[in-house]
Amino acid sequence: MAKSEAVPVAERPLDERLKKQSVLRSFLSRPELGAVAGTVLVFLFFAMTARGTGMFAADGVLNWITVTAQLTIIATGAALLMVGGEFDLSVGSMIGFAGMMIAIPTVYFGWPIAASVVFAFCGALLIGFLNGVVVVRTRLPSFIVTLASLYILRGMTIALSIFFANRTIVSGVKNFAGDSVVVPLFAGKAFPGFFVWLADAGIIGTLPNGQPSVQGIPAVVIWALVIALIGHVVLTRTRFGNWIFGAGGDANAARNVGVPVARVKIILFMITAFCATVYAACQVMEFGSAAADRGLLKEFEAIIAAVIGGCLLTGGYGSVVGAFFGALIFGVVQMGILFTGAPNDWFQVFLGLMLLTAVLFNSYIRRRATGER
Amino acid sequence: MNEIANTPASSVPLIEVRNLVKHFGPVVALNGVSMKVHRGEVMCLLGDNGAGKSTLIKTLSGVHKPTSGDFLVDGKPVAFATPRDALDAGIATVYQDLAMVPLTSIARNFFMGREPMRRFGPFKFLDLDFAERVAREEMHKIGIDVRDPGQAVGTLSGGERQCVAIARAVYFGAKVLILDEPTSALGVAQTSMVLKYVNQVRARGLGVIFITHNVRHAYAVGNSFTVLNRGKTLGTYAKSEIGIEELQNLMAGDKELQLLSDELGGMV
Repeated sequence: MAKSEAVPVAERPLDERLKKQSVLRSFLSRPELGAVAGTVLVFLFFAMTARGTGMFAADGVLNWITVTAQLTIIATGAALLMVGGEFDLSVGSMIGFAGMMIAIPTVYFGWPIAASVVFAFCGALLIGFLNGVVVVRTRLPSFIVTLASLYILRGMTIALSIFFANRTIVSGVKNFAGDSVVVPLFAGKAFPGFFVWLADAGIIGTLPNGQPSVQGIPAVVIWALVIALIGHVVLTRTRFGNWIFGAGGDANAARNVGVPVARVKIILFMITAFCATVYAACQVMEFGSAAADRGLLKEFEAIIAAVIGGCLLTGGYGSVVGAFFGALIFGVVQMGILFTGAPNDWFQVFLGLMLLTAVLFNSYIRRRATGER
Repeated sequence: MNEIANTPASSVPLIEVRNLVKHFGPVVALNGVSMKVHRGEVMCLLGDNGAGKSTLIKTLSGVHKPTSGDFLVDGKPVAFATPRDALDAGIATVYQDLAMVPLTSIARNFFMGREPMRRFGPFKFLDLDFAERVAREEMHKIGIDVRDPGQAVGTLSGGERQCVAIARAVYFGAKVLILDEPTSALGVAQTSMVLKYVNQVRARGLGVIFITHNVRHAYAVGNSFTVLNRGKTLGTYAKSEIGIEELQNLMAGDKELQLLSDELGGMV
C-alpha cells in the first residue's frame, strides 16, 4: 500500500490555474534584462542626439569604453559580493590606498615596481580579509563595517601621502619604473599594429602627426573583460558560485546544508579588494602617480552598476553580465552627455533616476521569480 | 500501512540517546532525555513550546554538543563536532523555514553544498544538466511536476518545499531524517501531502524523527511517540498503547489542561 502513495504525474490533471511559461516569460525573469534594455535605450538615445559629435568615431568610442572598463572591474567585485548578501563601501578608498601602496614603496623605498605591485595586492587582500572577518564575526551589517573602512583607508591614504610627499599626490612613479613589464601590463595598448593598419586603410581617423587616432586597446579594457568573464563563469558555473547564491539568498539554509557561509563571504570581500587594486594599478601606471583622492565615490558607482545590472540589495540574486551592462550604461551616459555638450550636472540627475528605475524593476522581477504577490 | 513498523526491523536502533543533558550556562535545556529510533519507524517527538525540542534536534544534528549522556548511532557512541559530521553519519535535518534558498533555482537548491561537478581540462565546473535532470526526476517520484527545474524555489508552495528538502536528504543517502515541525505552517492539503511523503520515506526503511506540537499530525504518521516536557522525556509509547486524547493530555501536562478546562467551563 505504501507504494501507491505517490500519484503518477502523468495521471494528474494539469492544474488549470498554472499558465504555461513562454520563452519570453522565462527571459523576462533573468536578472540582466533591465540592464540590457537600458543599454539599448541609451544607445538609441545617443545615436540620435550625439550623431556627428565624434562619440561614435574610434577615439570617441575608446573614450566611453575606457570609462565602462574601469567601472566593470570594480562592479564585478561589487556584484559578486552583493549576490553574496553583503556590501563593500570601502572600494573607492581601497583604490586610493592601493595606489599609495604601489607608489610609496616605489618612489620612497626604492623597491622595484613589480615588488610594489605585488605588495599592494597582498595588502589589499589582507584588508579585504579583515573587512570580511569583522563582518562575519560581529554579524554587524557590512554597510556599517565597510563605512568605517571607507574612512579609515581614505584617512590613511591622505596621511601617508602627506607624510612621504608632503602633498596629496605621490608622483614620479614612471621615473622609477624603468622598463618593468608591470607598466604595459596595466597601462599598455594591445594590438597597436592592427590599429595602424586600420588607420592606413582609412577605417579609423589619424592624428595630425600621422598616428592612428586610437593606438591600441588599453590594458584596462582587457583587464575588465577578463575579470568580468571569470566573474561570470565563477558565479554561474562553479561550486563556489552556487555557494555565493546560497550565502546571499538564505545564509541559515545554506549553512544547514553544509555551505561554509563565513568563508564564502570573506573570500568575496577579498575579491572586491582585489578588483579595486587592479583599478588602482591601471591608474597609477597610466598617470605615473598616486593621488589621495583617487577612487572617490567609486564604491557608489560600482554598487549602482551592480543594481542596474539586476543585483538585489538583499542578496541572493544578480549577475555579473548585468553589472557589465550597468557599467556600460554608466560609461555611455557619462561620456555621451559630455559629447552632446549638455551640462554635466544632468548626469547625476540621470544616474539617480536610473538607479530608482532599476531598483523598482528589480523588486518587480524578484516578485516574479519567487511567485510572491 | 504498518507492515514494516510491525516487524521489528532490527534490534539495534539507528539513533539512541540515553539521559542526554544539555546546559547553556545556568540554563538547563535538556535534563535527561532518552529516546530511540529504528529503521522504518516514524518516531514523533511531542512537546509544548520550551520543552526542549529545538535543543534536542540541534544536539542530534551536531549543532550543539551534549553536556552529558550517551548518544549512539547504529549502537556506537558518537560525538559530532559540526553539522557536517552528522550529515556524514546519515543524519539529515530538515528545518521548518530554513531548508531552501527561495531565490535560487530548484536544481541548485537540491544540490546546494553537494554540487555535481564535471571536469573540463584543469577546471571543474557545475554539471547543471545533471543537477536539473536529477532534480526533475526526484520531484517526479514524489508527485510534484516541475516544468522547469531552473525556476526559483520561491515559486513552490510550502508543502512542496518541505517535500523537496526531504527528497534531497533521501537522495543523498540519509538513514535518519529529523523533521522540525514540517507541517506547522501548512494548510490541510499541503499537510497531507507532506505526511504522505513522510510515510513513503518510512516505508523505504528510513528512520524518521518527526517533531511537532500538533498531536493530530503526529498520530497520522507516527509509530511511536515520545513526549518531552521541561527538558525531560515523560516516556515513549507505541501507537497501540496510547490514544490521541491521552497523548494530548500528556503533552500539555494533565493538570494545566484540567485547570484550563475548568476555567473555560468545559469548552476545551
